[in-house]
Amino acid sequence: MLEREGEPSGLIDAWEGVDAVWLVDAVSSGAEPGTVHRHDASERELPAALFRTSTHHMGLAEAVELARALGRLPERTVVYGIEGASFRTGETLSPEVETAVVQVADAVREEVAECTRRR
Amino acid sequence: MARARTRTIKTDYLARVEGEGAMRVKIAGGVVEEVKLDIYEPPRFFEAFLRGRAFTEAPDITARICGICPVAYQMSACHAMEDACGVEVGGQLRALRRLLYCGEWIESHTLHVYMLHLPDFLGYESAIELARDHPETVAKALELKKIGNEVMTVVGGREVHPINVRVGGWYRAPRKKELQPLVEKLERAREIALETARFTAALDFPDYEQDYELVALDEAGEYPIDLGRIVSNRGLDIAVSDYDDHFVEEHVEWSNALHSQLRERGSYLCGPLARFALGAGRLTPVAAEAAKEAGLEPGERNPFRSIVVRSVELVYAADEALRLIAEYEEPDAPTVEVEPRAGVGHGCTEAPRGILYHRYELDADGTILDAKIVPPTSQNQRTIEEDLRGVVERSLDVPDEELALLCEQTIRNYDPCISCATHFLTLEVERR
Repeated sequence: MLEREGEPSGLIDAWEGVDAVWLVDAVSSGAEPGTVHRHDASERELPAALFRTSTHHMGLAEAVELARALGRLPERTVVYGIEGASFRTGETLSPEVETAVVQVADAVREEVAECTRRR
Repeated sequence: MARARTRTIKTDYLARVEGEGAMRVKIAGGVVEEVKLDIYEPPRFFEAFLRGRAFTEAPDITARICGICPVAYQMSACHAMEDACGVEVGGQLRALRRLLYCGEWIESHTLHVYMLHLPDFLGYESAIELARDHPETVAKALELKKIGNEVMTVVGGREVHPINVRVGGWYRAPRKKELQPLVEKLERAREIALETARFTAALDFPDYEQDYELVALDEAGEYPIDLGRIVSNRGLDIAVSDYDDHFVEEHVEWSNALHSQLRERGSYLCGPLARFALGAGRLTPVAAEAAKEAGLEPGERNPFRSIVVRSVELVYAADEALRLIAEYEEPDAPTVEVEPRAGVGHGCTEAPRGILYHRYELDADGTILDAKIVPPTSQNQRTIEEDLRGVVERSLDVPDEELALLCEQTIRNYDPCISCATHFLTLEVERR
């Protein structure tokens, strides 16, 4: 498990040579706080609008699509987005988001286990 | 007055710039009537929430203004605080600062040259499209950027928003052997940067020049990065502490970013073109040779060729980082003690996009009473609008869609960072 800033060269490098990757990020799409978005990036393009919260302008969506264009996207790439409640400095997780984090962690654990079983 | 035809060229959302802005150009009867770079990203009030914080917090708080040039914020903030407290950070502690800065220049310039600006020259909408047709080019860019990240990680503790910088120096100075693995990587970075300079020099450039007042830092014997006096090609030569006597910021109704001007002289340009014009003679031999080969002269005034200057600065940053590592000696202490005192301090360093000025007023125990931050994009905003006007005036026959793209490219010549430019707060504006 790795924590990254969402910067493309670092991300692409981090998943270099792996068969499957699960990416988890915070999103702010206007949905209810704690809403979990699951996106299978192996099947379809990652919507840039959902994962554009970086002041680098190049964030997770660009990293995934850039990797796809370069043939460096893992065969299985799943992206989870958790809708945040507040992005103010010093805030801790709101209860809705905390629940969603546990939910996503369980889901990823299950998907990883299933993926390993199949191999 | 008869108006043959009114054309409005506008882009509501500027792509490939840092942050959110729009552009509007109005042409009536063959005359450019209005040019506006509209920065609508909301202001972020950093100066206000610095008030009441400890002087030691400014580097980390201000670094959060920008995800692409946090080192610039940290360095300008540190210098200003050290100036206020009467401390100078020199020797290897300063060398490490310059090294970290080289890492940021590599990261930021690579991002701009390849991902943000190059698609304009090659006719692509984005770096992703560019990558589909030119995967080797983009792969090299990622490799180069990653080396910048690695310098940031080794010296700064993290690839974005470094955690090792503090007023007075560092929390921990790297061991010599920790820097050593960077040597081979930086040699590779220099090689890619040299290829980049050859590649960008061969692009097609719109024919446009402007007689700018160019402003950059000046320190004897060094290409401007982390300190120096503020100078221009028209005789400006001032200490950083005199900044406010010579530069003024004003609010314009169409932008959330302040416009800077030189008092009684008007607009000016800072960033790669200015640094190169004023500091070309202080490049390392390898970078100077790259500039020569790319056909760059200090008299270069075509803003579209800033992509070539950035490429040469990439060569310089890699080369300078190698020199700093070769000459590095572990310092006895990672930091100089800084005792707070009441006063005002100023700091100015060369962010990848141009000079970044900080001024702080402290009380006796080091609490920040007042803060002022002037990022390069605010300083270049007026010049960007003048370039837009000039470019449009020369291209009146160009169809709207093509003209809009040319205007966007004109804006991207400056690698504008809108996130930085909207950090501001002016009390006058707030009271209206």
